[in-house]
Amino acid sequence: MTTATIDKAAPTRTVKYGSMSRDRAWALRWSYFFLVIFAIFFLTPPIYMFITSLKSSAEISAATNPWWVFHPTLENYTGLLTSNQFLRFFWNSAIVSIFVVTITMLIAVPAAFALSRMRFWGSATLATGVFLTYLIPETLLFIPLFKMFAVVGDWTGVQLINRWYVLLILYPTLTVPFCTWIMIGYFASIPKELDEAAIIDGASWFQTLTRIFIPVALPGLIAATIFAFTVSWAQFLYPLVFTTSTDQLVMPVGIITTLIKGDVFNWGQIMTGALLGAAPPLIIYAFLMDYYIAGLTAGATKG
Amino acid sequence: MADVTLRKVVKRYDEVEAVRGIDLDIADHEFVVLVGPSGCGKSTTLRMIAGLEDISDGDIMIGGDVVNDVPPKDRDIAMVFQNYALYPHMTVAENMSFGLRLKRYPKAEIKSRVDEAARMLDIVELVDRKPKQLSGGQRQRVAMGRAIVRNPKVFLFDEPLSNLDAKLRVQMRIEIKKVHQKVRTTTVYVTHDQVEAMTLADRVVVMNHGRIEQIGTPNELYHKPATKFVASFIGSPAMNFVPCRLEDLAGKLHVRLTDRIAFPLPPARAARYQGIPRTDKLLLGLRPEHITEAKPHAEPGVEAFDAVLDVTEPMGMETLIYFTLEGAQVCGRVNPNAGAQDGAPLRLAVDLNNMHLLNEVTGVVL
Repeated sequence: MTTATIDKAAPTRTVKYGSMSRDRAWALRWSYFFLVIFAIFFLTPPIYMFITSLKSSAEISAATNPWWVFHPTLENYTGLLTSNQFLRFFWNSAIVSIFVVTITMLIAVPAAFALSRMRFWGSATLATGVFLTYLIPETLLFIPLFKMFAVVGDWTGVQLINRWYVLLILYPTLTVPFCTWIMIGYFASIPKELDEAAIIDGASWFQTLTRIFIPVALPGLIAATIFAFTVSWAQFLYPLVFTTSTDQLVMPVGIITTLIKGDVFNWGQIMTGALLGAAPPLIIYAFLMDYYIAGLTAGATKG
Repeated sequence: MADVTLRKVVKRYDEVEAVRGIDLDIADHEFVVLVGPSGCGKSTTLRMIAGLEDISDGDIMIGGDVVNDVPPKDRDIAMVFQNYALYPHMTVAENMSFGLRLKRYPKAEIKSRVDEAARMLDIVELVDRKPKQLSGGQRQRVAMGRAIVRNPKVFLFDEPLSNLDAKLRVQMRIEIKKVHQKVRTTTVYVTHDQVEAMTLADRVVVMNHGRIEQIGTPNELYHKPATKFVASFIGSPAMNFVPCRLEDLAGKLHVRLTDRIAFPLPPARAARYQGIPRTDKLLLGLRPEHITEAKPHAEPGVEAFDAVLDVTEPMGMETLIYFTLEGAQVCGRVNPNAGAQDGAPLRLAVDLNNMHLLNEVTGVVL
């Protein structure tokens, strides 16, 4: 309405008034252009996996259009979901991930709280050190770690290699430093007066953590949880190296070791397994993202 | 309820002394305001009383017990912060009762205390809301409620009104005073706003550079400042300072401002300043309300002179006038009907019965 009035008052200069929305329109066009390219780039592999998972082995090896299913079948799905072996991999992955997330949170949250709030000698250096440990890649670490576990096995008789629970020791070396770092950032964003108020109200450090910091930093906690889960669900190198018996394998390793027999690639089942394996993280993202965003907008303290 | 005593309290950060040996006695039920410019150590002092900062030296006593090494939760104090520091995930009632719940008070007792505080602060209908659903003034009330329900020995306020707009600030100021009149808890209140200090305090502690400049009732500070800092910090517009010296003319003690202007001192003042060497560089301190338009009838101690006004500021009930004397800008308050105009001369009168004489070098009021 306002624009119309202005247009009447200065009809020769109408072009100028539209410039803001014209800028916006162009920005939107470019955004859509790049977002569409991104979407195609990232969605092509899963779509190809999905298409292939609906094909029979014969159709996969036939020289037809690979982007189309001529005789759709669910035999790959029924085959995997009725195979005890595959269900075992799935179960192992789930148990390992749940334990790793729990262990990670139990260590990372108190560690982050201590490093961000309880000023003690060397706390700043320690916080940086925590992050630096994350920068060492697992490709460098797996050989010495293997040797260490072998030695521990020789000395104590506790056999860790080729047991799924060795992963509960290995994965936290990746997840704890990063999650601690994320949580330090979130805790640092909580105003200092909030813990001072809690201390004056009579809360101990532990109560300040559990009753004030954890609820207030819930979005950060969820981000860290998602990260820890994704890392342990998708981790490939450590389980490949440390576990070999089929009953000890987690899904990513299980799929490639059992579905590739010599030079025979069971593509249909590989694709199906990969899709099914990608489902849990997707579901967790879908549920927790809502929570995550809701948490971000809540909890203002200042006026 | 308790008294609070500070004995030679010092706070050092590495090499910097933020608080340089403070002695302060706060009586039971008293409302004491620490006021001063930013960086004067007032907040640090408050935080040391709260136990949020360690003290580097000296003693702090609450209710007669030395609390130097007592953690904040065992000092039986409650604090209200500048940014309210409400727990964002808790409702108003939960915020207020958090301390009591930690101490495992019976539920009925908690509820009655929260209800009482909510009634006192007029926030009964807000108790189920979250802090983000409240306005600034309401949040400040909740923060006060959280302090009140604890029924502590001492209330500590750290610039609680700084985040509010001017109108709300006046309103909350009155609210705080009312609450104190009801609960009578010993209160230490920190602010940089001298109006807040004057209006709220039983006694005001003016601080500067980590030291106490003066302690006194609001009226004492206003009418009998001890130093130039206090004289200029308390009162708005601030006290005028004009370079001057003392002179004996015709057997009477005069204060000479310029070559042309010298005022004879009223007898009481003359007696008081007689011993000051005539060569000392001095400052004449006069509050704006003691520089007015000249009245037709001469009054004892009131001397008239002419000045050309630089600027006038009509305020409605009065007009502020600004003119220059010996290079110093001087502010006066005249009747709006006195005919004050920018750039025009006006016959003014100074009330020397209310004058202050300061040593220009030391800044001490003589």
